[in-house]
Amino acid sequence: MSVLPLAMRSLWNRRGTALLTIFSIAVSVSLLLGVQKMRVAARDSFANTVSGVHLIVGARSGPLNLLLYSIFRVGDATANVSWASYQKIARHPDVEWTIPISLGDSHRGFRVVGSNADYFAHYQYGGDRTLAFAQGKPFGDLFDVVLGAEVARQLGYQLGDEIIVAHGLGRVSFSQHKDKPFRVAGILAATGTPVDRSVHVSLEAISAIHLDWQNGAQPAPWARIGAAQARQANLTPDSITAFLVRMKEPALIFTMERSINQYRGEPLSAVIPGVALTQLWDLVGIADTALTIVAGFVVLAGLLGMLTAILTTLNERRREMAIMRSMGARPAHIFSLLMAEAGTLALLGVLAGVALTFALLAIAAPLIAQRYGIFIQPGGLSGMDLSLLAGIVVVALLLGAYPAWRGYRNTLSDGLSMRV
Amino acid sequence: MSAPAIELRDLVFSWPTGPTVLDIARLDVARGEKVFLRGASGSGKSTLLGIVGGVLRPSQGSIRVLGTELANLRPGARDRFRGDHIGFIFQMFNLIPYLSVLDNVLLPVRFTPRRGAAFAAAGALPDEARRLLVALGLHDPALQNRAVTELSIGQQQRVAAARALLGSPELIIADEPTSSLDYDARADFLQLLMQECARSSATLLFVSHDTSLGSLFDRSVSLREINRAAPPAGVAA
Repeated sequence: MSVLPLAMRSLWNRRGTALLTIFSIAVSVSLLLGVQKMRVAARDSFANTVSGVHLIVGARSGPLNLLLYSIFRVGDATANVSWASYQKIARHPDVEWTIPISLGDSHRGFRVVGSNADYFAHYQYGGDRTLAFAQGKPFGDLFDVVLGAEVARQLGYQLGDEIIVAHGLGRVSFSQHKDKPFRVAGILAATGTPVDRSVHVSLEAISAIHLDWQNGAQPAPWARIGAAQARQANLTPDSITAFLVRMKEPALIFTMERSINQYRGEPLSAVIPGVALTQLWDLVGIADTALTIVAGFVVLAGLLGMLTAILTTLNERRREMAIMRSMGARPAHIFSLLMAEAGTLALLGVLAGVALTFALLAIAAPLIAQRYGIFIQPGGLSGMDLSLLAGIVVVALLLGAYPAWRGYRNTLSDGLSMRV
Repeated sequence: MSAPAIELRDLVFSWPTGPTVLDIARLDVARGEKVFLRGASGSGKSTLLGIVGGVLRPSQGSIRVLGTELANLRPGARDRFRGDHIGFIFQMFNLIPYLSVLDNVLLPVRFTPRRGAAFAAAGALPDEARRLLVALGLHDPALQNRAVTELSIGQQQRVAAARALLGSPELIIADEPTSSLDYDARADFLQLLMQECARSSATLLFVSHDTSLGSLFDRSVSLREINRAAPPAGVAA
């Protein structure tokens, strides 16, 4: 005869404590599931930072460095790529398109990215998403600027606002291109990629603001070239920082990679983004493993709470156990009664945790997508999630075996004697 | 069916590291007999009931209940035997606090299905439980679904008696069931209990230190007199 209904009634009798126990398990489970969901979403988002690009090309350096400054806009390039080399590769018959990238300036801590119309036409992320304009349009005028979503949000810029670009990358810069202000022509929709934190201008604009600079130093007042004069000058850049390449056929990638790496004109490096992204994830993935471990310990703490809750009832229930023994209950009945309580608490805790997770995700997912551009798949539970949840119930039963065993021992020593 | 209810021979019980608690040469209780067992606390009463109930195993000697030698049964089999054939009533706090009155009465069936088999087959087990409750003086039907904690002690003891009698076990062991009742309730309770025992032709082993009740039984036995291991009178154990 099953003791499960008895366990339920017993728990219901102590529903205050039982509910708190279930709630604490639920909270810890939803933390664990949340971390899992975020981890998957962050990983996808990370791997999807750039897509559709077959090669990233820059001056000779390691693949990580190249990936970091060209895509993640972290760190600096050691050298530039000459415009001539870029043109040569961009016009190669096997190349479908290229996106030039020119870095080095910033605006209030956000990187300024010089590029051209191809950037908005071809840049892809998240599989096959292309950049979309929340407001405005790509740059038409020389001094037009297109802001990433995060830049516009944090700095509160609107279309038509004037901004000054600073030379160098510091948040506070003393050398600013004050003589050549830019006008906000467009604001991009959030992507969840470093594009959100970029300030985009044309390659010509990058040339224009540096026209009068000599060896990276601000010009003397008499040598300055004004904005109006700059418009007349030849603004074809001498060099760019890096460029992204898409081949006509994926099969051509390796040939092109090899030929760029062996390019005789100047020392260049070409990397396949997926390879470099994997390397980078191996590095940053440690953090989310740590987060998962922490969440795991929180779950353990929740289960230990359950263990305590059951253990504290054991003594006051010795009498109840003795009554059951007098009616023919075997010690195994007592053991399974206590195990059933632990199992029920854990199972309800896990179910409530799953419900809580989905409820929180339903509320938070749109906000996170909008704010950080990380898309959390609503979906169900992955196989990994399910095995984690099953693992939690198993651990709960293992822990529950301790009070069950104590109860078992009690009934053996108590027999029918009634301890009140 | 002819075997006596209890047949105890040369029984010795001592705790593994303690002194001998029980040493009884002979105790017989016939089927259907109502026996009053007189024993103060410390006389080995709880131990004797534990042995007859199959919770404890004698160190030496034989204990046959309804013809079955309990000393030879394995612990699980003794538990099943107790559930199937013996109904217990204790002094107080007999009931599981989180079950209703009716569920308390029906509880033994959860552990030993055989106990209620005859009624359960007919789907009439709850009816039998209700009949017993009424027979023991709990007439109010609303009472049956109430929480047991709302009952008076007298009512609780009646529920406990109904539970012990459910499924007509052959032996009823009552351990001071009336000590927490006042005098009138005591006599009343005892009368109804005996009626129901007679109805199901159960044997009743009634343990109490209250000698004034002894006259109501077929026979009275003093544990102190038959237990050679009992401390001499006047010495509290």
